[in-house]
Amino acid sequence: MIEFQDLYKGFDGKAVLQGLSLRIRDGETVVIIGYSGTGKSVALKHIVGLLQPDAGDVIVDGQAVGTLDKGDLTLLREGIGYVFQFAALFDSMTVAENLALGLRRRRLADEEIEDRVREALALVDLSGTGDRLPAELSGGMRKRVGIARAIALRPRYILYDEPTTGLDPVTSAVIDRLMVRTREHLGVTGVVVTHDMRSAYTVGDRIAMLYEGRVRQVGSVAEIQETEDPVVRQFIEGRAE
Amino acid sequence: MIQAIGRRSISAIESVGRVGQFVMDMTRALTDVGTWARLVVGQMRRIGVDSLPVALFIAAFTGVVLALQASYTFTGAVPLYFVGTLVGKTMMLELGPVLTGLALAGRVGASMAAELGTMKVTEQVDALETLAYDPQSYLVVPRVIAATLMFPVIVAFSIAVGIITGWLTSLALLDLSTPDFIKGLKLFYVSKDVWFGLLKSASFGFTIALVGCIVGLGTRGGAEGVGRSTTRAVVYSAILILVLDAFWAVVLL
Repeated sequence: MIEFQDLYKGFDGKAVLQGLSLRIRDGETVVIIGYSGTGKSVALKHIVGLLQPDAGDVIVDGQAVGTLDKGDLTLLREGIGYVFQFAALFDSMTVAENLALGLRRRRLADEEIEDRVREALALVDLSGTGDRLPAELSGGMRKRVGIARAIALRPRYILYDEPTTGLDPVTSAVIDRLMVRTREHLGVTGVVVTHDMRSAYTVGDRIAMLYEGRVRQVGSVAEIQETEDPVVRQFIEGRAE
Repeated sequence: MIQAIGRRSISAIESVGRVGQFVMDMTRALTDVGTWARLVVGQMRRIGVDSLPVALFIAAFTGVVLALQASYTFTGAVPLYFVGTLVGKTMMLELGPVLTGLALAGRVGASMAAELGTMKVTEQVDALETLAYDPQSYLVVPRVIAATLMFPVIVAFSIAVGIITGWLTSLALLDLSTPDFIKGLKLFYVSKDVWFGLLKSASFGFTIALVGCIVGLGTRGGAEGVGRSTTRAVVYSAILILVLDAFWAVVLL
């Protein structure tokens, strides 16, 4: 289970998260929506300890991430897959090497690494691209490789940072289907940060709206779609006023 | 004005603290041998072998110029075989290490800052961390070790090439025989000349790599930030090379 407990974070004097509290139960996919700059990605980075909270903390499997030492943080990260907004693939490595890097850290045998790389690429419909460099792939393919890199680790949790941003509607739908398939095949707990409402409705079990640094409303897809909160309504309908 | 001075002082102290923390983290990462050991050889090739042509080109022309200028200065006053002395001593003690260091501050330091800066702004460094790697063990330690080991090797080749071109220039243009050049080369030679130059160059390699990594991993913003980091890495490295050069002269000569 992942739990944000009254989390505060600011940068250069500007408050971003202002008391974020949210619980993500095992096996579910929670989508965090909200305006740009409201701290969605910042919240996600706290889960893997890429950022340190100013106050409050994130609890993952009973461990307060902000208090973990380097060794414990490494162990925690081994159970979490992270899909970055622009995939963050290593330019100098092939697709297969990108996927194998995290597996090598776990000291798996070479044969098992090869099997897992092949399996993960097949799951994202990119079999046969292992020898290609990230620069030779389209934006959508790079995102799928990013997802494959995360699922090859067979993590307990997968965190998706804006997985469909910048993609055309068809490719976005492919990524959405992939996220659903990943949850069904691997049974992982997911946290998805997005402002793409179609994607949120497709992949989310629950949706949490982040507004002014804290959760404005959290509920099932149906509850959010029927909300009477004017701020949430305006956001999900994409109205200017 | 007092506020501005205060702000700058605090910022300077913070920078020193950040560098201290970075060096401490790097020292701690040395224990993660399994991660950095297999990456050192690749970095040694990139830093050492790939930098050799630039370093040797500079050394070759430095040897030519040294021989000609020595001859011009000594004419009529000092025996010509002192050309060998001046070429040898200057290449070993000063120009070999310092000119190579300055040239490689541009080539190696800038390349490290640009590469790590790009990795930072494209979240590749964060990705590395989420894959349970320590960026210090994976990115910093191999580069710093490789540069510290390879700079003396590059400088040794540079010194040799500088002396050879100085000798060839003396033969071709200065009416100086090989035995006379060697006689001058041996005059006042002590083994300290060599190890002093190589020790100095190892410290330059360490500094250039460390600065490149600190500046690169501290990059903020997009392409503009990477450009700023690259320039900073070259400027800071060049300044530190000259400071270290003076430091070693005071301490060891």
